[in-house]
Amino acid sequence: MTTEPADDRPPAAGPSANLIAAGVVIALGAVAVTGAAGLGSGPGTWPMVIGVALVILGLILAVQSRRAEPPERFTRSSLLVVAAVASMIAYVAVIATIGFEIPTLLLAFVWLRFLGRESWRTSIAVSAGIVVVFYALFVGALDVTIPHLF
Amino acid sequence: MSSVIDGFAVVLEPTNLLYCLVGVVIGMLIGVLPGLGPAATIAILLPVTFGLEPVTAVIMLAGIFYGAQYGGTITSVLLRLPGEASSVVTVFDGHALARQGRAGAALGIAAIGSFVGGTLSIIALTLVAPVVAGFALDFGPPEYTVLALLGIMLVSTISSGGRIRALTAAAIGLLLATVGRDDFTSAERFTFGNLSLADGIDFVPIAMGLFGLGEILYNLEERHRAVQAPTKVTNVWPSRADLRQSSGAIGRGSVIGFVLGILPGGGAVLSSLAAYALEKRRSKHPERFGQGAIEGVAAPETANNAAATSSFIPLLSLGIPANATMAVIFGALLIQGVTPGPQLVTEHPELFWGVVNSMYLGNVLLLIMSIPLLGVFVRILRVRAAVLAPITVLITLVGAYTVNNSVFDIGLVIGFGVLGYLMKKAGFDPGPMVLAFVLGSLLETSLRRSLLLFDGDLTGFLSRPISGVLAAAFLAVILLPLARTLLRRRHPDPAGSAVTEPGDPAVTAVASRPSASAEIVGSGAAADPFGPASPEAGDTGAAVAPGPSAATSGERQGPGTASAESPGTASAESSGEAAGEHAVRDKTATTSTEAAGRPHDEPGQSGAPVTQPVHRDRHTEEPE
Repeated sequence: MTTEPADDRPPAAGPSANLIAAGVVIALGAVAVTGAAGLGSGPGTWPMVIGVALVILGLILAVQSRRAEPPERFTRSSLLVVAAVASMIAYVAVIATIGFEIPTLLLAFVWLRFLGRESWRTSIAVSAGIVVVFYALFVGALDVTIPHLF
Repeated sequence: MSSVIDGFAVVLEPTNLLYCLVGVVIGMLIGVLPGLGPAATIAILLPVTFGLEPVTAVIMLAGIFYGAQYGGTITSVLLRLPGEASSVVTVFDGHALARQGRAGAALGIAAIGSFVGGTLSIIALTLVAPVVAGFALDFGPPEYTVLALLGIMLVSTISSGGRIRALTAAAIGLLLATVGRDDFTSAERFTFGNLSLADGIDFVPIAMGLFGLGEILYNLEERHRAVQAPTKVTNVWPSRADLRQSSGAIGRGSVIGFVLGILPGGGAVLSSLAAYALEKRRSKHPERFGQGAIEGVAAPETANNAAATSSFIPLLSLGIPANATMAVIFGALLIQGVTPGPQLVTEHPELFWGVVNSMYLGNVLLLIMSIPLLGVFVRILRVRAAVLAPITVLITLVGAYTVNNSVFDIGLVIGFGVLGYLMKKAGFDPGPMVLAFVLGSLLETSLRRSLLLFDGDLTGFLSRPISGVLAAAFLAVILLPLARTLLRRRHPDPAGSAVTEPGDPAVTAVASRPSASAEIVGSGAAADPFGPASPEAGDTGAAVAPGPSAATSGERQGPGTASAESPGTASAESSGEAAGEHAVRDKTATTSTEAAGRPHDEPGQSGAPVTQPVHRDRHTEEPE
């Protein structure tokens, strides 16, 4: 966003990143296996099969982790994604109590101005426009039961 | 026959006409805008379909899917940025034509080819689908078990990011499908005491999160260069000579597209590559390809539309989605209370024929939009991605809420959005995961029924003719690439450079990254259709790379197993060209925060019909 990086894509992470991904897969498989064991045969058989498959696939991924294409590194611009997710969580947290209008306005504004580096004028105009259109569409035309203030 | 005619009556109802138009316009728009693919768009719009009749909903969603194939061409030709992964090969000759001032001819021939391919494919679909459905009526649980497994396997084989990763994603999808009450014993599985999970995880938040939000988040981070909207395109009508020259390519492209579209995992991306490779092979002057051969535009564009249409066959006649976009449409039908399967054509003829026949209309509408109204859509490119991102994300969040009026669902969407983003970062394509999730309960139920039928004996699958054949195919899909890897290990690939050995089944389904964007690594000016293309997460894009070093290609075995027409056949001729030349790495601009179409001072802006985007050229490095 600030400076154009040399490549469009974030740089690749080291091979250990593949190992971490493999570890997550194995752990997930292990959780599935233990959960399935607790269910016993019948309901537990199929999850057991999948869990074992996940553990095996995870092991293969681990073995191949040096050769396989490395994942993308998390860069400074990954913070944008963190900020985006945080804004959405805040949105969900308040929408039920204060209605969708103000959170929608704020979320759109934050995305436009701070994540998208739009000008103040564009940001304000577009975010206000979004709220008006959403209100007209969801509350006015479609009569959706979304919590709203007005 | 009368039900076919009744289908036209369904299409002509004003609501259906309207939604068909809405669908194809949206499809065309997202096709033009690089970034959000059809699967993501359809996922985001799932809540909108709730208030609609099933037939209307699917007419609209289908329109988005095949409309995107038309739209994807425009940016390929004008900006060298494929709007959709299935238009990646169009770039080579399409953009060359545009540079010669013949962008109009390229776009015109692409539109005509798309129309012909789409329409021929609908006619074939009309004839084939009921036959397949009739055949499949006899399918019992064992057949469905093997069919579902085969579908997941094939989609994973051709998926981007490597087979093991795709299979891992599929396994996670299957695991997610087990959450909730067990159908047989009512035991609660993996609910962790959470009431909201007792009925299982809804398909909608998964699809919206993994495809929709995941893609939006991923694009937020990716830096893209600004897209410059071209000023104008003149003379979209291709000349008589162009038409004559492309007619063969259009015909062959239709057939390839139709055939590959039916195969699970085939679809639009693979067929466009195969059609291009075939034309280049057949041509008396293959050197013209890449320099602006009109057939090089006609063939892939015809094929991707034909494939988009024919990929409805497995969905509507077997109930098995052939790719990720079909998986989302499958989910949309389930939500509507319609279970796609062989009984669909007899039990819901109005739905079946309504949807099929709406495609004729949709293709006519798209032809109109791509020729006379082309300028309107080109102007869309001026809308900045930074402006689109908050709009799409808010539609997603509010839409997720409206499904069940549940804030928990928005939370799920965000959770799966983060998961989708992380998967993409780590090189896992979420496509197989969504597909496996959709097929998960069908697979488990039919597997357990089959085992009851066979008294727990797994060899029972081989004792029934149809399931036996399908099981053999399933084993072949697993074993063939494995055998090839082993063979390769024993005879190591001598090629040390980027050149792949001749005869290498080189079309390896490798995408550097499953992402919303498409990326080309082509050899400079030479026509090399085998650059890794990251398909949009939706369509099970076969992303293709110049055969990488032997060590990696074993794991990422290409679609060579899928069909004899696989583009692998043409690799030998193109692979040599890759060596030493420099590759152009293009990233499509997407919903990134980097503005698309922001005014840039660039040469070529001064009134030239097509402005050149900046290319970041760099030298190819030996892959891995």
